[in-house]
Amino acid sequence: MDVILQNFLNLKILGEAAPYLWSGFKMTLLLCMVVVPLGVAGGLAVALASTLKSKWLRWPVVAYVDFFRAFPPLVLLIFIAFGLPFLGLDLPAFAAVALAFLLNTSSYYGEIFRAGIESIPRQQFEAARSTGLNAAQTLAWVIVPQATRNVIPDLISNTLEVAKLTSIASVVALPELLYAARQGQALTYNATPIIAAGIIYVACLWPLVRLLSRFEHRQIALH
Amino acid sequence: MQIAKLVDTFFDVQVMLQYLPKIVEGFFLTIQLALAVVFAGIACGLALALLRVARVKAVNFFIVLFADVLRALPPLVLIFIFYFALPPAGIRMSGFVATWLALALGLAAFAEEIFWAALLAVPKGQWEAARSTGLDFVKALRYVVLPQAVRITVPPLTNRTIAVTKGTALGAAVAVGEILYQAQSAYTFSYNPSTLTLGAIAYLVLFVPVVWFGRWVETRFAWKR
Amino acid sequence: MNDRPPILDVAELRKSFGHLEVLKGVDLQVRPRELVFIIGPSGSGKSTLLRCCNRLEEPTSGSIRVEGMDIMAPGVDINLVRRRIGMVFQSFNLYPHLNVLGNVTLALRKALNKPRAEAEEAGMQALARVGLANKAKAYPNELSGGQQQRVAIARALALEPTIMLFDEPTSALDPELVGSVLAVMREMRESGMTMVVVSHEMRFARSAADRVVFMDQGMILEQGQPEKLFNAPDHARLKQFISSIERH
Repeated sequence: MDVILQNFLNLKILGEAAPYLWSGFKMTLLLCMVVVPLGVAGGLAVALASTLKSKWLRWPVVAYVDFFRAFPPLVLLIFIAFGLPFLGLDLPAFAAVALAFLLNTSSYYGEIFRAGIESIPRQQFEAARSTGLNAAQTLAWVIVPQATRNVIPDLISNTLEVAKLTSIASVVALPELLYAARQGQALTYNATPIIAAGIIYVACLWPLVRLLSRFEHRQIALH
Repeated sequence: MQIAKLVDTFFDVQVMLQYLPKIVEGFFLTIQLALAVVFAGIACGLALALLRVARVKAVNFFIVLFADVLRALPPLVLIFIFYFALPPAGIRMSGFVATWLALALGLAAFAEEIFWAALLAVPKGQWEAARSTGLDFVKALRYVVLPQAVRITVPPLTNRTIAVTKGTALGAAVAVGEILYQAQSAYTFSYNPSTLTLGAIAYLVLFVPVVWFGRWVETRFAWKR
Repeated sequence: MNDRPPILDVAELRKSFGHLEVLKGVDLQVRPRELVFIIGPSGSGKSTLLRCCNRLEEPTSGSIRVEGMDIMAPGVDINLVRRRIGMVFQSFNLYPHLNVLGNVTLALRKALNKPRAEAEEAGMQALARVGLANKAKAYPNELSGGQQQRVAIARALALEPTIMLFDEPTSALDPELVGSVLAVMREMRESGMTMVVVSHEMRFARSAADRVVFMDQGMILEQGQPEKLFNAPDHARLKQFISSIERH
């Protein structure tokens, strides 16, 4: 028991690592606040583009979505972080991460919004147009609000995944929570900082997980 | 001129050919790792969901706790815990095992929730009809409820499985010799990003068909309820 | 009508859901070859009574005997009992992942462990009885509601039960499909099946039932031959109920 406490929940080490963890936590939070809105906005754009009638405009959108859904996000991130400098584009780590997340998460959010838009009956569109709204106004005020409401659980689920995914930024040395924890662990040769980071992630994301379970289970008694 | 530079930098055929065997090696390791994760994760998730059907309060509490924590925990954090945090406590595992275990547990948590939601979604009348003909609880579950539940789970489980198998790339962070790791070490040796391109191509070859398969499953199993 | 011992003997049956007492001491005997019809307003406990008879609902107290055996006794194999009691549900509850023959033979094969060939022979016989032998390979969603309910009846018949319980078997059907299900039930009655039917099909009750039982607020208020009950009811509640039904 003592050995476990020494190695995994060492309060002295936790005290030493706390400032690093705190600044890492702030970086993770900042990252989430940048990449989630970016991804949602990008996804909405992707979804709207995929509703276009022209085959020649729709096709590249589908290709974009499938391309980035097939790419493991870490691979994309490494490619951007290490590859782009060869093009003379030396992005700071934060920008590289944001770009990788924009490309990856916009295709996921895009698929979700597309499913939402397709779930809206055609008559809604016709009814809105018959009242004199143009196509863009119809999308903005009639279709998208309903579509969004229909896919809220999927949006939350994806946002949870994005928040978890920010931890891969540690691989390109962006000092977010997991990176700070790894630094702390390497300096002290004690697992406490990593365990602490895990606890912080769970504590922050657990409410989202619960919320999702509420959506998923309409309680039906089993016999 | 710009295009020529781009091709030279990212598509240097000579470099690519040189490192192709390494990438192919990583390709097959990625497949092995992914299959091991999928089988262990789905089997464990199904077992937990079935265990939960028995509705033993204490057992269900731990199942829900397991599913909640593993759904909230980023897989890379779990990999680091297994790989870096456990050795001081005397538990050592290879990067491969750490990655496999972390991803499989994560998939198990999601699969458990998906199976459980599907079991709940089978109408109560199906249980009653089966029980009224004298099938016992286990047989009603096995022959009537589970086959219907599994069908409901196919699309979400496929999508989740695809997402988790892409996580095999995280193994690169703990020196598992899969595609990304091979590409990165080739890049370190050659300082030529064509090696990264080669890795990226390997992922596309592997996962584009999988993504298309997922799309097909989604339309094929669109289940009118 | 006959004095053989009852197949189903319910005594002092009570059932509560939380604080709500749905059955307040019900006594009911059903003799061999008898068709007992249970009527009553919704919420009167008819369905609960039926579902207690094979313990799909667990009674709070009282006794239930089937062919003389106390099915509430500890250690009784309820699955064995349920094979002797056929049940037909309002919403059919066919298994959507199995074809018609698969629906009818599942319990034969998995609960009775009959070999496939033997189970399928019994299943085809049961399907022939409800006039659907030609649909054996169809899936439930390819059938009309009336056909689905007849398959559900065949599923119960295939187990050769000694008594059949019908829980509003025609309530979920379009009016033009009701006749085919009632015809099957009439044929079963003529061949001597013991049946308990919860239903609002008053014309069928008049012409086919041996006895009609009126339930209200968890109790049996009145019972007797259909002509007596429908034409000269004793209770005001029953009078009111009959006139409200016949207005439709």
